[in-house]
Order: sequence, then C-alpha cells, then structure tokens
Amino acid sequence: MSSTTNILVVGVGGQGVILATDIMSEVFMEAGFDVKKSEIHGMAMRGGIVSSHFRFGKKVFSPLIKEGEVDLLFAFEQLEALRWINHLRPEGRILLNDHKINPPAVNLGQMEYPREIPERIRSKFKQFYLIKGTEVARTIGDIRAANVVLLGALSKLFDVKEEIWLDTILRYLPPKVHEVNKKAFQAGREELARSS
Amino acid sequence: MKRVLTGNEAIARGAFEAGVKVASAYPGTPSTEIMETIAREYKTIYAEWSPNEKVALEVAFGASMAGARAMASMKHVGVNVAADPLMTLSYTGVRGGLVLVTADDPELYSSQNEQDNRHYARFAKVPMFEPSDSQEAKDFVKVAFDVSETYDTPVLVRSVTRVSHSKGIVELEEPVVSSIPLEVRKEPEKFTMLPSYARIRHRLVEERQRKLAAFAETFPGNRMEIDNPSVGIITAGIAYQYAKEVFPDYSYLKLGMVWPLPQGLIRRFFKEVKRVYVIEELDPFLEDNIRAMGLRPRGGKNLIPITGELNPLIVERSLLGKKFKAPKAFFDDPVPPRPPNLCPGCPHRGIFYVLRKLKLFGIGDIGCYTLGAYPPLSSVDSCLCMGASVGMTHGMAKALGEEGKGKFVGIIGDSTFLHGGIHPLMDVAYNRSYATILLLDNRTTGMTGSQEHPGTGYTVRGEKTRKVDIVELAHALGIESVRKVNPWNVEEVEKVVREEIEKDAPSLIISDGPCILRQREFKHYNRPLEVDSSKCVGCKACVNLGCPAISYQDVEGEMALTADGKKRKGISRIEPTLCPGCHLCYQVCKFGAIQSREESPILGFDVI
Repeated sequence: MSSTTNILVVGVGGQGVILATDIMSEVFMEAGFDVKKSEIHGMAMRGGIVSSHFRFGKKVFSPLIKEGEVDLLFAFEQLEALRWINHLRPEGRILLNDHKINPPAVNLGQMEYPREIPERIRSKFKQFYLIKGTEVARTIGDIRAANVVLLGALSKLFDVKEEIWLDTILRYLPPKVHEVNKKAFQAGREELARSS
Repeated sequence: MKRVLTGNEAIARGAFEAGVKVASAYPGTPSTEIMETIAREYKTIYAEWSPNEKVALEVAFGASMAGARAMASMKHVGVNVAADPLMTLSYTGVRGGLVLVTADDPELYSSQNEQDNRHYARFAKVPMFEPSDSQEAKDFVKVAFDVSETYDTPVLVRSVTRVSHSKGIVELEEPVVSSIPLEVRKEPEKFTMLPSYARIRHRLVEERQRKLAAFAETFPGNRMEIDNPSVGIITAGIAYQYAKEVFPDYSYLKLGMVWPLPQGLIRRFFKEVKRVYVIEELDPFLEDNIRAMGLRPRGGKNLIPITGELNPLIVERSLLGKKFKAPKAFFDDPVPPRPPNLCPGCPHRGIFYVLRKLKLFGIGDIGCYTLGAYPPLSSVDSCLCMGASVGMTHGMAKALGEEGKGKFVGIIGDSTFLHGGIHPLMDVAYNRSYATILLLDNRTTGMTGSQEHPGTGYTVRGEKTRKVDIVELAHALGIESVRKVNPWNVEEVEKVVREEIEKDAPSLIISDGPCILRQREFKHYNRPLEVDSSKCVGCKACVNLGCPAISYQDVEGEMALTADGKKRKGISRIEPTLCPGCHLCYQVCKFGAIQSREESPILGFDVI
C-alpha cells in the first residue's frame, strides 16, 4: 500500500471543479506534501465532463490515479459520481454534492437521469457524505460559491489547518467575494459535521 | 521558492529562467498555455501569436540568428506546418539558443490525429528532450537552450497532454543572462542554404549527431535506477511515472533525452538487469532503435498498446498479463455521456441549421465548428487539417464540374483561414472554380479557449494593433463576390447561401457573428426566451438545433394537449440561466410557442 492519498474530483464544466482542485494542490503543498494533479482541458467546455485527479503524499509519481485506487471521490454532481464510482477502492469515501445537471441525452428525452443515486451509493459505501453545496451557496447569496462550500466540507476530512485552507481559497478569489466565500467555507464545514 | 505549476506553465518558466528574448506560438491544445503564461507573467520576453506554426518557427529563428534565445511552441500537428523550416534549420544551426516545443496529444483529446513527434527528432537530426513532470519540464527547457548553443542546433522539447496539463511542484530559480552578443553578422556559409553551402552543413549535422550521442551518455537526465535486477524498464516521459507507480521495485533506465540515444548506457543497462521491457506511449520509438542496436528487450509494443494514452492501469495490465487482477466494479449502469457541444447562442448554429436544411455537403475545417458534425446538426462532412477545407472545396468543384454545383460548401473559421486558408483561396480565384466558402468569423480562436489572431485587432498581450480586413483581402486575391451575413438570421443566411452556391464564380460568405463567450464584442446579451407551454406541440424543431439550453420532456394526461386542443407527446423548455437570447429557436418554431421577452424581437445581437 502506498503512502499516497488519491482524490478524484468530478463534475460538470462550469461548476468550478478545476479551481477547487487547484486550491487543494496549493493547500497540501503548504501542508508539506508532494502533490500532483491532472485533468484535460480542451474540448471539455461548459457542460462537459470534468474529472480532475489529485494526489498527495511523501513522493508522488503518476499524476493519474490508478483505476480502483481512489481513496476519496469528491463529486460535484450526482450523475458524475455514478460515472466515476468504479474508480474507488472498496473501502473508499465519497463526498457528494446533492445536485443534478441534466446531460444532453436526458434533455432531448432520449435517456433517463438515473434514479436514487445517493441511496444506491449509501448502500455500498459506509463512508458517504451528502452535502447540499449548491443549495447552501444559494442561501448564502452566491451560487458560484458552491465549490467553496464543498471545499469547506472536504477540509473537515483531512488534518490540515483551517487557516491554510482559507488563506489559499481567498488568494484565488477577487476581494469583493471574500466575505461570501468565508461564509461558504464555514457553512461547508458545518454541513459535513451534520452529514456524518 | 516552490510553486505548483502545470507542465505548460513550467515550460514558460523555463524559457524565462533561460533568458529567452523572443517567444512565438500558434494556439493549439495542449500547447496553448505556454504562450498564455509567457504573455501574462514574463513581460521581459517579447511574445506573439503568429499566424501559423511555420511563421512562429521562422520568427524564432530570425531572433536566434540575431543572437537572442528564442522559443516557438505548438501542438504536434503544428510541427507538420513548421516542418519545412525545421528540416533545414537543422543544417544552419543557430546563434542564440533555439528551442521548439512540441506538445503531442496521445488519446486525441482535442486533435485530428495522435502522431508521435519523437520521429521528428530522428528525421530532422536534432536532439529531443522529453520531461516526465513539471519540474523536468522547466529544467529540460533550460538544458535545451544550453545544448542548442553548445552544439549549434535547434532543439526539440516534447511534452504530451498529460505533462502539459498536469500540475506538480517546481523549484523556481533566477533567470540567466546569455553571453551571446546581439548583432547583425554575415555568415552566408552557415545561414544561406545554397546547395554548395548546404552540402557542407549536412556533413556537420552528422558530426553533431555523434557529439550529441556522446553528450547523451553523461546527461544526468538519462539515468539508471538499479533496484530489483530481475526486471529492468527502459522508459521516458510520462510513461516513466506510470511505470514507477505500479512497479516501484524494478530497475529503471529513465531517458530524459530521447534523441540521440545513449547507446553505451543502454547496453550497460542490459548487462545490469535480467529482463528488459520498454514502456513508451504511442509508437515503438525507443524500442525500434534499441532493437536496431542488436539488443533484444523481452517486451515492448507486443504488450503495450500502440494507440491511445497510457495510464497506470494499462501499464500494469500489459506487463502482468494473466496475473493482472481487474479492480472491482460497484455499478454497471449505462451513464449518459456529456459530449462537447456548441454553446447556447453560438453563431455557428444558425449556419449549420441552414446547411442541414439545404442538404449540402459541408467540407469542414479545424475549430469549434467541427462539432457541427455531430447530430442533430450533422452538417460537417469532412475535417482534415488547418485550412484544408478551401483547397478541398476547389478540388471537388474541379472534379465534379457542373454536376456538383449547389451540392457542397467549404466551412472555415477566421483564425484557421488566416493560418492556412489564404493560399487555397488564392487558388480558387486563380484557377477559377465555383467554390463557395463560408468563413465563420467569430472574431477569436475559439476551440483553444479564445486567443487573439491577426483578424481580431489585438496582440497576445491585449494591445491594439492592425486588423486584417478579410473583405479587402478576399477582393485582392480575386474573389469578387464577398458577402456578409448575420448568422443568427436564418432567412438571410439561407437566401445568401442559395444565391451563392448557384453562381459560376467563386464566392466568400462571411458569417459576421462573434463567439458568444467573447463579451467584449457584445453591447449586451438579450433576455432569455421562454416556451409558452400552452402552444408548444412538441415537434422538436427547436430541440433539433442541439442547443444546450433547450430540453424536452414527455407529458401525459391533461398536459398532452395544447390550449387549442392539439395532441402532443412532450414539450420543450428553455433553461433561462443558459440562454443568452440569440432568437434562433424563436425563428424555427412554426407554432409561435417560443416567446421573446424583448420589446421587438431581434435576430441575433447588438454587437460592437
């Protein structure tokens, strides 16, 4: 067993998956780890599938996580959690944003959006955290802060100082949205405490 | 100081630390961010988007001839465009260090092929370095400049999508100052490749290859890591990281320089370990050259796929064979895909709607508009390489003559036209065919994420500059019929296309609508449109525009009738957060079910 931790961050283009993973890379570097992250940009525009591999540990080789060795699936959208779930280890953890975005085939009435994804995941994985990231962000007043709510929840799962998280997040954001994102981060931490 | 950088950001940093003075590029995934980073972060470097990769390399070479360190970066297929100067640059050599970065795209994430550009190093007889992570990307660019000047050669640095777009920790250093003077110095026997001079230079190229092979033996980036000697792996680039991940205990010969190869080191490695495997992505480049030395690796492309990108699982499965245990699957649901699509409000959509309606064969090109090939628009019937559509349309016209008239059109974007479409358009006029070319001028290089080009009026750093007047240019080339259309006005597009494809003379139809994401080109977006659910009959005319903002839902019971009693199976819906209000669906709805919220419905946008 390697000493590297593997987090697969998945969602839909436009949800802030890449920004969230960039922030995670900085945070774990600050915390003293070797880090690597990888995703493909190019044709994956708004509405496309986004999956970002993030790994930290003493020394990280591959930027890609081997299928079947994901320790934590960090999903911003339900269907995307289902798409990538087979990459998890049997004892892996899942942090899921309780949110749905219809893919084109569903919009065109050709396929159905799979039902009861959270319930089905819960039946197979013990460590499952369901967070209302998008909803909480909307309540706070800025739906774009959903990814920061989710990062807040994620931060509770690892032993890295809260200040490192908050400092790094704010460094990535323009000053005018700092207040709302501080709130979003705290709300995410509370959401996780509630869900577990 | 340490920073987390992508491979592309690290390459840009390497150029800065190497004291590069001139950098040039043409956008192309996965190379684009190299130039974007240079332009944004390293203001001491002169930076430009060149019209194409050939120009980019020639600009870099001009700078090198004047004594400056210069770098050109491009995607793998861009090197094909730049191959002409590259092959002879090998002969002239350089003054200031000259590095060409090729970013290859195994798996074709955003490309028309997955060629392995390591072959260019052997073909052009120039050295090539191949980093396996961000730190090496920076380090190898710096080594490449030193090697370029020491051995009087252009140097290739090869990245791949996975290295270019992955992040890792990079140790930053201060930039160096080159010792080569900037000057104008005549050296015709070196720089003027007349046959008499070039013959002599070719001998020097062969001699240089031998010297570089000797350098490769001692270059620290080519290193043996002897551990368990029962298995030895020869590898380079990203494949090294995958192999190390799954087989951490085996011995390795990790090559940071993939051409010329360190033959002595390779022979020693074969003596140190029992069984040798060559693990590399795409072609058996290392393997073929190792076999040509008379050595017999136990495994290579007989085990590892030659197509597509590798990853840790593929490497493990390939080497373990029957001993491989597949990871457990928890669910086997079919999950609906999310294919790439034209954005809501995209100016290309109206054009493709008309081409589909007129049942025209669309000779397409490279750009966002290639996505018009997918259903439901299904209007792009070919795509080859940058600028090819124009010459292909001309060739098809010449082959079919009168028979083909009115059956096909060429489709090309503005950036692609300026890259490689001008010469073939000259041919269309010069050799007089009836070709009709649709130039989709969205005022940006869209697919690569919106970059400036000579037709936008701005440089890579956003400074205002001269703007190519495409209408004047087309006239100058000899195209008399040049017409602009509003791509969001279906009736107008259809009328103009119908008229032009019937003509005996060539024509250029310019779609005059900016990329919807290019906010600076719009005075404002419109209000989102709405479906009046009492009128919608569920005919799917709007759904068949393939707009991500439009969805369709089945209805039952009371809902299965319109207000005036027509039966329906479903209704459309427009997602207001996605709809910028282009009014295309408004025009295709025959039942008046799509409502504009503007005071007087407009077709398209108020653009700058």
